[in-house]
Amino acid sequence: MPEKNIKSNYEPKIVAFFCNWCTYTAADLAGVSRLKYAPNVRVIRIMCSGRVDPQFILQAFASGADGVLIGGCHPGDCHYAEGNYKMLRRFRLLKRMLKDLGIADERLRLEWISASEGEKVKLVINEMVEQVKALGPLAIPQHLKNINEELKHFPGEEIREEEMAHA
Amino acid sequence: MSENNIKMNGNGTHKSAGTPKIGFYVCHCGHNIASQVDVEDVQKFAAGLPGVTISRDYKYMCSDPGQELIQKDIKELGLNRIVVASCSPLLHEHTFRKAAEKAGLNPYFFHMVNIRENVSWVHDNRESATKKAKDLTRAAIQRVFFHKPLEKKSVPINPDVLIVGGGIAGITAALTIANAGKHVYLVEREPTIGGHMAMFDKTFPTLDCAACILTPKMSSVKAHPNITLWTYSEVEKVEGFVGNYKVQVKRKPRYVIEELCVGCMECIDACIYKEAKYPDEFNQKLSKRKPIYIPFPQATPQVVLFDPETCIDFKSHRCKKTCIESCDRKAIDLKQVPEYKDINVGTVILSTGFKTYNAELSPQYGYGKYPNVYTSLEIERLVNASGPTSGEIVTRDGIKPKSVGIIHCVGSRDQKAHKWCSKVCCMYSLKLAHLIKEHTDAEVYNFYIDMRTPGKGYEEFYDKLMTEGVHFVRGRVAEVSDWALVPEEENKLTIRVEDTMVGMVRRIPVDMVVLAVGLEPREDAGDMRRLFNISCSNEGWFLERHPKLAPVNTFTDGIFIAGACQGPKDIPDSVAQAGAAAAEVLSLISAGSIELEPNTAFITEDNCSGCKSCIPICPYTAISYNEGTKKAYINEALCKGCGTCVAACPSGSITQNLFDDEEIFSEIDGLLKFAGIELEETEAEHA
Ligand code: FES
Repeated sequence: MPEKNIKSNYEPKIVAFFCNWCTYTAADLAGVSRLKYAPNVRVIRIMCSGRVDPQFILQAFASGADGVLIGGCHPGDCHYAEGNYKMLRRFRLLKRMLKDLGIADERLRLEWISASEGEKVKLVINEMVEQVKALGPLAIPQHLKNINEELKHFPGEEIREEEMAHA
Repeated sequence: MSENNIKMNGNGTHKSAGTPKIGFYVCHCGHNIASQVDVEDVQKFAAGLPGVTISRDYKYMCSDPGQELIQKDIKELGLNRIVVASCSPLLHEHTFRKAAEKAGLNPYFFHMVNIRENVSWVHDNRESATKKAKDLTRAAIQRVFFHKPLEKKSVPINPDVLIVGGGIAGITAALTIANAGKHVYLVEREPTIGGHMAMFDKTFPTLDCAACILTPKMSSVKAHPNITLWTYSEVEKVEGFVGNYKVQVKRKPRYVIEELCVGCMECIDACIYKEAKYPDEFNQKLSKRKPIYIPFPQATPQVVLFDPETCIDFKSHRCKKTCIESCDRKAIDLKQVPEYKDINVGTVILSTGFKTYNAELSPQYGYGKYPNVYTSLEIERLVNASGPTSGEIVTRDGIKPKSVGIIHCVGSRDQKAHKWCSKVCCMYSLKLAHLIKEHTDAEVYNFYIDMRTPGKGYEEFYDKLMTEGVHFVRGRVAEVSDWALVPEEENKLTIRVEDTMVGMVRRIPVDMVVLAVGLEPREDAGDMRRLFNISCSNEGWFLERHPKLAPVNTFTDGIFIAGACQGPKDIPDSVAQAGAAAAEVLSLISAGSIELEPNTAFITEDNCSGCKSCIPICPYTAISYNEGTKKAYINEALCKGCGTCVAACPSGSITQNLFDDEEIFSEIDGLLKFAGIELEETEAEHA
C-alpha cells in the first residue's frame, strides 16, 4: 500500500449483538457458505435480541465503537415469542436519545435476519461498514479524554475545590 | 500478573472463585482457520493478556488429543477458566464443556470464540482477520473472569410423541416409535393417512405397486395399540418446551361418528344425489364424488365424511336425509361440532410433506388452457388401476393417445419459478414414460434439461427405458400450443423445443402433454414453523439444525423433521429420514431427561424495588410479584432464558446466568479496549 493516509485507511469498529437463534445462526451460515464480508464487525452472542440492554449500546459507543448493529429474528419469529418487539421499542427510544447526543443515525442499526439469511448478514454488514466509514470515527473515548483535559484547566473547578476545602 | 488481576477484580461486584487462571487454546482447524488467521500470533497475543496462565495453538482442538491437552493443563496447572478459539459455539461448545467437566472443572467456566464461521471463512485479508481474531480473543478472556460455576438443569421427557403428517414419513416414524412401546399421536389433516404415496400407481425404480407396500402400513397404524390416529385434524396450539409440550389438536367434524362407522358405504349409495357430481380431490378432480364420500377404497380409517359445502342439508336444511335412514349403526350426526383434544407430549416429529407446483404459473405449457395438458399427479391417477379410469389412459376428450410428451422441470430449475431441483421428477417421469408406453403403446417423448438419476438402481432404470423405445429430447420446452403449421399438427398439441443435441428447433405434435411438476413447500409451512417455533429456509422448507450432522433435528430441542417438509425427497429418503427422526425421539425418551442450558434469570431481592416492570415483559409468565415482600420473583422452571427482563430491569436486580451484565460489559470492553489507542498509533505511524 503506497499512499497510506489516515482517512482512507480508517477502519471502523462495529460491535454487533446477534441473537442465538436467528442472526447468529445466519452468520454461521454465511461462514459455511464462505460469503466474504468486511472484517469490521465483532459479534457478541446473546440468546435473544430482547437481552440487549440500551446500556450495552451506550457502553459500546463510550468504549470506542463507531457503530452498533443488533440482529434479531423477524417479527413473529422470535424464539421467545416477542423479545424482538421489546428490543424494537427500546431501540426507538434510544435512537431519539442518540440523535440528541449528536450520534448519527447510521451508527446504530437493527436488522431482522433469519437463520437462513446468510446473504443478508453479508449485505447488512458491508453496507453498514460503508456508511460508518463515510461518517468517520466517532472516537468518544478520545472526546471524553479531551473534555477531562479541558476541565482540568477550567477555573471554576479550582474555585469549587477551594470551596470544598473550606466546607 | 497479580497486578493485572487486581485491576480486573477491582471493578465492582463480581465474586469469582479465586484468582482466575485461564487456559487459552486456539485451533488451526487444519487449514480452515490457519489459512486466514495467523494462529501463532493469536496464541502469543493471548499469552500476554491478564489472567492467562497458558496459551497454546493446536491443529484440531476438537479432536481427542486436543481435548486431552485442555484436561491435562487443567489438572497440572490448576486452570480454572478455559477459552477456546475455534469454530462456532453452536457446533462444539458442548464438546469443550464436556472436556472441561471431565477434568473436574465446572463446565460453565468455559467460553468459546468463533474464529472460523465468524472470521476465517468470511474474510480474505489475513491481517485484518487476525486482528479481528485477537479482539474476539481478548473479549472472551475478559469475559471468563466473570463466569460462575452453574448447576446443570435437566428436565424429564414425557414419553408420548406427537407426529404431524401421515404420509409415508409420518407413518414410518409412528410405527417405529409405537413398536418400541411408546405412545404416538398421529395427526393428519386429510380424512385419510397415506399422503402423496397413496395416489401413486407404481414406485420407481422397482415398479412395485405403491398401494401394495403402503396400505398394509396404513392398516397397521390404524390397528396399533400404541397409536392414536386423528385424521381430519389439525394442530391448533403448542406450548411448553422439550420434554413437556402441551398441544391442542382440533378434530374437524366429519358429521359421522368415527367409532360407529364401519365403512360399509351404504349411506353413499343412499344419498339423494344419484350421480356423483362434485370433483374428487383425491383423483385430482378427474372424477366425481358425492357430498358424502370416502376418499379412496383403502382410505384409513375406513370412515365416510360429509362435505358441508356441497351437501344439500347443510345448505338448505331441506334434504330428505336418506343417508341417515340408511345407516343402521346410527353413525351419521349432522350436528357434529369440532372437538378439541389437549395432549401432553415430550417430543414432536413434523412430517407435513410437500405440495406440487401449480403448473398454471408457467403459462407457456398451456396447463388449464388445453384440456389435454396434464400434471404428473393427474397421470399418476390415470394410470392407477383404482383411479378414475381404472388404469386406462385416455385424454379428456376420450381418445387413447398415440403420442405423449413429458416435459421435465416444470417449476424447477427455473429462475421464474423455483431455482431448486425437485429431485424426484426425472425418475417419476421415466416411470410414467414406462407406464404410458406399457398401457397405450404410444410414442413417448421426454423433454429434459439434464437427466438426474443418482440413486440405487436409478441409472439402470434410465438405461432400461432407453431400450424400450422412449424418445429423449434434450432441451427446455419453449411452448405448447394447438396452433398447426403443417397438416400433421392439426388437432394435436405441438411442443416447440430447441433440441440442444442436434442444435435446432423442433416441433413435435402429440396427443397428450404431461408436465413433470416440481415439489414445493406447503402454503402453510410458515404457520407451522411459527406454531412449533422452528425455522424455514429461504425457500420455505423446514430448516434442519445441521445439513450433515443433524439433518432431522431443528433448532428447537425436541422437535424433529422428516420427509419432504425438509426438502424434496423420494420415498426411500423419506423413509430413511423418518427412521432417523424416530431414533432421535427414542434416544431422548430412553435417556429420560435432557440437559438444558442453565441460562435462566434470577432476582437479587435486596436490589429489587418492586416496580413490577419485568412482570408484563415475560412471555412465559415466569415472573410474579410477592405482595408480602414487595419484590418480584422468577420461577426458574418457567424461565426459558431469553434475558429480556434483565435488560428491562431499571434497578439492575435481575441476573441472567451465562449472559450476566458484567460478562457482556467485559466482552464489549474487551472487543474495543485499544480502539482509541490504535487510532493514535496510526496517526503516529504516518506522522
Ligand atoms: S430469539 Fe431471536 S430475537 Fe428473540
